[in-house]
Amino acid sequence: MSVILVFLLVIVGFVGWWLSHQRLMAKPWLEQGLIGDIIGPEGSALPTAKIGLGVFLAVVGCLFALFTSAYFMRMALSDWQALPLPRVLWFNTGVLVLSSIALQCASVAARRGEIDAVRLGLVTAGLTALAFLVGQLVAWRELTADGYLLTANPANSFFYLITGMHGLHILGGLVGLGRTTAGAWNGARPERLRLSVELCAMYWHFLLFVWLAIFALLAGWAATFIEICRQLLT
Amino acid sequence: MAIALVLVLVVVGSVLFHFLSPWWWTPIASNWDYIDNTIIITFWITGVVFAAVVLFMAYCVFRFRHREGNQAAYEPENKRLEWWLTIVTAIGVTAMLVPGLFVWNQFVSVPSDATEVEVVGQQWQWSFRLPGKDGKLGTSDTRNVSPENPLGVDPSDANGQDDVVVEAADLHLPVGKPVKMLLRSIDVLHDFYVPEFRAKMDMIPGSVTYFWFTPTKTGTFQVLCAELCGQGHPLMNGVVMVDTPEDYLAWLGEQQTFAQLSAPQQVGSAE
Amino acid sequence: MVDVTPADGVPPAEVAEMELYHPHSWWTKYVFSQDAKVIAIQYSATATAIGMVALVLSWMMRLQLGFPGTFDFITPEAYYQFITMHGMIMVIYLLTALFLGGFGNYLIPLMVGARDMVFPYVNMLSYWIYLLAVLVLVSSFFAPGGPTGAGWTLYPPQAIMTGTPGGQDWGIILMLVSLILFIIGFTMGGLNYVVTVLQARTRGMTLMRLPLTVWGIFTATVMALLAFPALFVACVMMLFDRALGTSFFMPAIVEMGEQLQHGGGSPILFQHLFWFFGHPEVYIVALPAFGIVSDLISTHARKNIFGYRMMVWAIVGIGALSFVVWAHHMYVSGMHPYFGFFFATTTLIIAVPTAIKVYNWVLTLWRGDIHLTVPMLFALAFIVTFVNGGLTGLFLGNVVVDVPLSDTMFVVAHFHMVMGVAPILVILGAIYHWYPKVTGRMLNEAMGQFHFWVTFLGAYLIFFPMHYIGLMGVPRRYNELTATTVMTESAHDLNAFISIMAFLVGFAQIVFLFNLIWSIRHGREAGGNPWRATTLEWQTSETPPAHGNFGKELPIVYRWAYDYSVPGAKEDFIPQNMPGSFGSSREPA
Repeated sequence: MSVILVFLLVIVGFVGWWLSHQRLMAKPWLEQGLIGDIIGPEGSALPTAKIGLGVFLAVVGCLFALFTSAYFMRMALSDWQALPLPRVLWFNTGVLVLSSIALQCASVAARRGEIDAVRLGLVTAGLTALAFLVGQLVAWRELTADGYLLTANPANSFFYLITGMHGLHILGGLVGLGRTTAGAWNGARPERLRLSVELCAMYWHFLLFVWLAIFALLAGWAATFIEICRQLLT
Repeated sequence: MAIALVLVLVVVGSVLFHFLSPWWWTPIASNWDYIDNTIIITFWITGVVFAAVVLFMAYCVFRFRHREGNQAAYEPENKRLEWWLTIVTAIGVTAMLVPGLFVWNQFVSVPSDATEVEVVGQQWQWSFRLPGKDGKLGTSDTRNVSPENPLGVDPSDANGQDDVVVEAADLHLPVGKPVKMLLRSIDVLHDFYVPEFRAKMDMIPGSVTYFWFTPTKTGTFQVLCAELCGQGHPLMNGVVMVDTPEDYLAWLGEQQTFAQLSAPQQVGSAE
Repeated sequence: MVDVTPADGVPPAEVAEMELYHPHSWWTKYVFSQDAKVIAIQYSATATAIGMVALVLSWMMRLQLGFPGTFDFITPEAYYQFITMHGMIMVIYLLTALFLGGFGNYLIPLMVGARDMVFPYVNMLSYWIYLLAVLVLVSSFFAPGGPTGAGWTLYPPQAIMTGTPGGQDWGIILMLVSLILFIIGFTMGGLNYVVTVLQARTRGMTLMRLPLTVWGIFTATVMALLAFPALFVACVMMLFDRALGTSFFMPAIVEMGEQLQHGGGSPILFQHLFWFFGHPEVYIVALPAFGIVSDLISTHARKNIFGYRMMVWAIVGIGALSFVVWAHHMYVSGMHPYFGFFFATTTLIIAVPTAIKVYNWVLTLWRGDIHLTVPMLFALAFIVTFVNGGLTGLFLGNVVVDVPLSDTMFVVAHFHMVMGVAPILVILGAIYHWYPKVTGRMLNEAMGQFHFWVTFLGAYLIFFPMHYIGLMGVPRRYNELTATTVMTESAHDLNAFISIMAFLVGFAQIVFLFNLIWSIRHGREAGGNPWRATTLEWQTSETPPAHGNFGKELPIVYRWAYDYSVPGAKEDFIPQNMPGSFGSSREPA
């Protein structure tokens, strides 16, 4: 459970930092009326939707941290046999990076108001994300063909489970991306479009990060890394 | 108003119930009276806190109930009082935790002279295995389980051949000797629990858990399963008999070893 | 003392055009409504309905325990299905849904001064997915083999084996699917509750001016968002084990003489995941109750809550600590014994902030002006049962004391007292308190008094003696105690007494439901602020509040939520949106 605890520690740190700016030591009964420094809208200047997405991503991060924790705990048992990662995963990683870059470009373009560039970025991102999903399916088929079946070993089970869960999140993201893309063609208000594109980009970057972490986990690097850290500590 | 009276009655009733009711733990038959003492300490501390809080509440309700023209005091906080209460609470909590951890340390440190006894749970019966003359239990694996080898003892392990196997029958233990119970299950979770011994531990298929105790009284005790194991759970009873050393040896002499049980000619002659 | 800026001269904040979806038809107003208040009522009604099922199930259990052998239709299978469904419904589908989905939806926007939740559409989806989860759960009663009987903890391997009802039938699958749906639905709602508190507070509503109800629900929601994924992971992995034959949790097993295909898995892994959710879940239920009861006590004792800041810090502290105590549910699970030292220590540390909260509630009563209204009675009863249940938690949290007591009726008594009876007493008190705001009418007082006395005393008489049955060593989850030798004859009589009490308490809840329906039409008209309370929900221009909550302009907040009996003020309460400075000496002597 150490992975999830470290993850939660990060969250606690963030919450603590935020709370420390909320005057928790104030004596509210002494503060009647509007006080100079607290006038103005409460809450953050960031768009509410971004904060909402941020909270959601924390939940998604928690989910994958828990899968990782379970992975390490199950890995410690004797019947674990790591499986060889299909080469196509490298290609998929590259494609997903491209997808993120495309959305980043779209988001920059949206800020500048270049609608054509936005459209180009959105479509590229969508297509590359689809390519990623297809690539993942190819990886699954390769493994199945080579006899690495779901039930044969817990390492295989985790591979299918975690990549599948990540794929579902990409799929959900594609729904949002599809709506944004439709909006880019149907003339959504520029500031609205910009927000949607930025939200998509945020979500994409996060899923890319999650994918890189998963990739490192499934490839066994994460375990090696933790082993090195442990040796350094002791 | 009635509520103030009822609150007092709740406290008085609870305390009287605690001291006068016939429902209390069974007489202890193991060395874990340390655990009982820790429970008693906890009862005293928590009981005093419960009575104090509820009686204080009753007094407040009685004394400060609404009457025409009353006005509540205005007191947002009282740092000193809050600190004092925090410190007193921390002391009370420590007074329960420290003896608890102390006893837990004993509970998990098995004395070196403890004899090993294996308990195997399955739906819904108890079986036991004692080390034979060599004093060692042979290895085992659920994969080895078969009708001839109900406990899954490894047939190729020489240590296991002289192990005494008690399938679905009573376990006997000699009084006064520490035992380390090695707990194993071949299907679901079970929990070997004898209320008189105070100790218990889950049994997990695929691994071996343990606890230790020293029986201090001879007699017959019922084994209960304390972890839900399917619909036969409440009927998964067993018997542990704590014997004098002579009785124990007599019983042990009647038992069969793994080698005897798995020898082909023995099949069919079992009682 | 910080003095007041000329508040009266400050214009109200410019309220941006909220993207409220105003209903156009009956369907969008009452069924597919995006108004948090309607969603709150939908959540509450669904939770209450399924909660009544759980109540009836508890009666069935008590029939069997109190009068063993008398009722043939309660077979062992049925008994285990009843306890499982009772537990799961009560913890997840009733308490969590009612506190967060019900009270959260109704009170958060009103109390922070918002027009609605920030994502109304997602909020609506949240309810409908919750309803779907409930329907899937209910459908398992009609599936072949019936619902699962694995106990609410659903421990593998037995949860997915033939020796357990529903293990190899549909029961366990429907249970897991229902939980997964619930978590998805809850996450949608939870995002709303959190972000609304973060972003939609009205002008002047700093965090330290929030009523403790909002603090409690807010913290509980943050915890739930982080804890429910653990249950999600556990459910998905178990579903794989059951439906696809993987071995995440399943070791090599011989079942009824046959070797199963599984191998190598770890049942303990499931327990870690389950309790990583399960322990925070206790506080997910408790923290909203803490918050609400603070407001009830303060309002009805006409006194500010004692030590507001300490209360806030305690809520946040308990919330954070509750993530590092989960393994105290696993002291006798066979995990590494040295974990016991760590988890016993963290568990007992949590007792300190919890105790501070209790002290502050009773100190709020001290020198108050206590109105013994029905909500206040429930709040007082909450303190009694919560203190009782919390203190027995010190037995079970202290690792070595837990050894003889775990998995006995002592545990059952403890958790029912602390997270069953206590939070439900708060829910009931809260309903008496806010019903006038929701409907515009008061609940009937006589029925309320009857309901209170029977519920409080009955519940105490059920669960207090039950501890002692556990102390005798009687294990929990036994449908049949006749073969258990520690169970004496007199203890059987005690069990029968407990069962009779259970029926009485259940009956009182039916009276309460009748009261809820009867008072909608026949209750006394309440007016906008019958309790003379300070918080914003009582200051709406209409009662019940219309869509958008506050009419044309959002209120501006000038003070904290607890300005009761301020010396020098005309009335014994000053609403949060009342400008101006009152009181000569606010610093305590």
